[in-house]
Amino acid sequence: MSQDLYLLSSLPDSEEMEVSFGPQHPATHGVLRVMVRLDGERILDAKPIIGYLHRGTEKLFETMHFNGCIPHTDRLDYTTAAANNQAFVGAVERLMGVTIPPRAAWIRMMLAEMQRLASHIIWLATHALDIGAMSPFFYTFQERESILDLFEEYCGARLTLNAMRVGGQPFDLPEGWLGRLRAFVDQLPARIAEWERLLTGNRIWKQRTVGVGVISAADAINWGLTGPPLRGSGVRWDVRKALPYDGYDEVEFEVPIGQNGDTYDRYLVRMEEMRQSLRILRQCLDRLPDGPVMAKVPKVLKPPKGEVYHSVEGPKGELGFYLVSDGSTQPYRLHVRPSSFINLQSLPELVRGGLVADLVAIIGTLDIVLGEIDR
Amino acid sequence: MTNPWVAFVLVPMIKIVVILGTVVLATAYMSFFERRLVGFLQIRLGPNRVGWFGVLQPIADALKLFAKEDIVPSRVEKIVYLSGPVLIIVPSLVVFSVIPFGPPTTLFGLLPEPIAPFVTDINISVLFVMGVSSFGIYGIILGGWASNNKFSLMGGLRSAAQLISYEVPMGFAVVAVLLMAGSLSLVDIIEAQRQAHVWFVFPGIVAFFIYFVCGIAETNRNPFDLPEAEAELVGGFHTEYSGMKFAFYFLAEYANMILISSMATVLFFGGWLRPFPSWGWLSFLDVVPPFLWFVAKVAGFLYCYIWFRGTFPRVRFDQLMALGWKVFIPVSLANLMVIGAVIVLLGGGR
Amino acid sequence: MAEQETPTPQAPAVALPAWEANPVTPDPRDARQHAQVAELAAAVPDAVLEAVDMAGQVTVLVVTERLLEVFRACREQLGYGFLVDCTAVDWRDRPEGRFDVVWWLHRHAGEQRLRLKVRVADGVEVPSATTSWKTANWMEREVWDMFGIRFAGHPNLERILTWEGFTGHPLRKDFPVEGIDTGAAIYPDIYPPGGGPTKAGGAQ
Repeated sequence: MSQDLYLLSSLPDSEEMEVSFGPQHPATHGVLRVMVRLDGERILDAKPIIGYLHRGTEKLFETMHFNGCIPHTDRLDYTTAAANNQAFVGAVERLMGVTIPPRAAWIRMMLAEMQRLASHIIWLATHALDIGAMSPFFYTFQERESILDLFEEYCGARLTLNAMRVGGQPFDLPEGWLGRLRAFVDQLPARIAEWERLLTGNRIWKQRTVGVGVISAADAINWGLTGPPLRGSGVRWDVRKALPYDGYDEVEFEVPIGQNGDTYDRYLVRMEEMRQSLRILRQCLDRLPDGPVMAKVPKVLKPPKGEVYHSVEGPKGELGFYLVSDGSTQPYRLHVRPSSFINLQSLPELVRGGLVADLVAIIGTLDIVLGEIDR
Repeated sequence: MTNPWVAFVLVPMIKIVVILGTVVLATAYMSFFERRLVGFLQIRLGPNRVGWFGVLQPIADALKLFAKEDIVPSRVEKIVYLSGPVLIIVPSLVVFSVIPFGPPTTLFGLLPEPIAPFVTDINISVLFVMGVSSFGIYGIILGGWASNNKFSLMGGLRSAAQLISYEVPMGFAVVAVLLMAGSLSLVDIIEAQRQAHVWFVFPGIVAFFIYFVCGIAETNRNPFDLPEAEAELVGGFHTEYSGMKFAFYFLAEYANMILISSMATVLFFGGWLRPFPSWGWLSFLDVVPPFLWFVAKVAGFLYCYIWFRGTFPRVRFDQLMALGWKVFIPVSLANLMVIGAVIVLLGGGR
Repeated sequence: MAEQETPTPQAPAVALPAWEANPVTPDPRDARQHAQVAELAAAVPDAVLEAVDMAGQVTVLVVTERLLEVFRACREQLGYGFLVDCTAVDWRDRPEGRFDVVWWLHRHAGEQRLRLKVRVADGVEVPSATTSWKTANWMEREVWDMFGIRFAGHPNLERILTWEGFTGHPLRKDFPVEGIDTGAAIYPDIYPPGGGPTKAGGAQ
């Protein structure tokens, strides 16, 4: 399709042009800057330049107590705060050998799946907007509001949740929260079907996404892609299945995969993942165990000397925390495996040979958040 | 009207002022209706604060744009940069001089003799409209080039390529109508539809679709809004324009939408004629003044513009070119031949 | 401190994931006999210095000089197709080498992970993993940027998160948390030098 008639590049003396996309550009999802070398509109090479949002979070972690780190993890990928919390507290618990009560694990699972829904919703909204479809942005944000309302009711925050603690959950669920979640879970499938009606079969949408940004399964693994970009290439791999944490080995869900590894397949994978998240949420609602939500952990956390890596399947890919402790009350080193950062790395590979419009579609399909990339 | 000063200066002047004012006001309100309608399509409110349901919003916007600082970036090609907005707004308003908004009217008996509610009816008005409206491209491409901004330049280039590609099938679609009407005058085309007892959209359905889709592409509207694709080219050719200069580009876009809708109305939907002008039992529809029929039809097309904007993603540049050259030009040519053959078979035309 | 005791877990009402039901006590244990370590030791003889199993995760300390062979063996013979991440840890005053450089690998068959580690002194070049895994590119750039560890054979070892021309490597332990004066204080009359958060010092 991209080999179709293309006027500018066939001119004999077309000159190469270098364009700086970003760091302030409407489609770079924040402060990403991509230096693009263009021949007409065809992309010869692209080089992502990052770091505009670098806040030295990993350095700051080293000066903080363990529980004090949790709000900072919220601010890494600010659209997936619950997943960040979950990965961080999981790492500390693993290093301390803490077992959290099952109810806490299931609440975490619920929050994480809601966060996955919220993150995929925001991805769909911005991705569609980048490709020029304006309305899905508003339709989807309405549903995201409902999720954020539920978050707010649970922990008081909508975006930066700070909703998990080492050893469990800080609070039990509020009265009636499960009912409201169930109402939301029951009405969302109709909404997802509505969004799909707007996009999935739309000819223009397919023209813009099918065959754009193709990456093979072998390349996807080689580039370290995780999450939907990996699964879009047909690799059925998900941290929730491969290295289960919290209650994920007790719930049933499918890991959807694509076939061609193009933007359209990644879109389909994420849409299906939303349905699978709903399936997990329904099981959580039905089978949420009773009991306490907090294990007995000391007020001052002092994990033993050692190192541990704990990862969760964040909405954007494998999100891991590598924690090195020297036995004090602060992490000696806390490294984040940022899924967006590593997924973004494959951008030049994906866009080479495409058009300027494809660059925008591919940035959207990688689903990056600069807060996590730059840390 | 025996006094030539009245007939040739005063009356046309009044007409020009009224039509120009109406068109400019209509473009301003077009933006208001677009925002309200897109808001409605997107389950949100749209502007509803200024005046009753926000009806004063365009006035407020215009005042704001007038009052804004007139920024000229330091490295622009100043003369060309400043002439860009003029070059685009002038042609898009001039073409309205030949659009027949209605038949000669006495304004319910207020005037001593009927006056045609359009500036002039020249016998090549179709060519005039197509020729003059194409001039607007200079405003886009020169503005894009003079801005000294790569995004603007790419927007300008895209726009030039797009306009040239879509002018051709659009022209063929119009020629199909000309074959049916046998005239280049817009008023005569409407008359021909009355005499043919049918709107030309029915025999010329293919031509109509080609015309309207090309019209969307020519006005740079979604899904063909590539020259100003926000997600790709920031603001496209008007990235560096602000304040009133931006408003000119903005108004010109909306004026062009109204123009394309008006032309579609005249060429294919019988202009000011009521539906099925030959069916006597529908004559109760004649209580609606012809001008309102015209406005209603134009409004219908404008609604489609907004509706598309709320629905479609944006096509890619190469796909747009492929659609224009590989689909529309062959189809419109074939359609032209079929219509020509049918007219010859039915008796050699008029 | 007394609080350091491992807390008693609640009686689980439902079955828990393996490491939660039987918590692997986070004591480091020697893992030379571990299957993953053994096969690595067989593939690249004399490369493994130490192997530790902690909290169910195996860490292998390898000889820096043999690292390239280890990478190749892991990718090609042992099937670790996925480089999960790479980072470094600064142990400022450690005599046997200031930095730990850490890679962890994933093998899709059996879903096993392995952590490789080398100890290097300041200024020593580490072989780049980019020849085996393309994804190592940015990770190593980040380690260079943050720790100042150079990777031999890296195609494009530039700073990634800080800007070109930045002096210092922020995640080194001797880099001040409050930052350094990078020359950005361009209003000396408003913000006098030496005051405020742009205090100079610390950077190498």
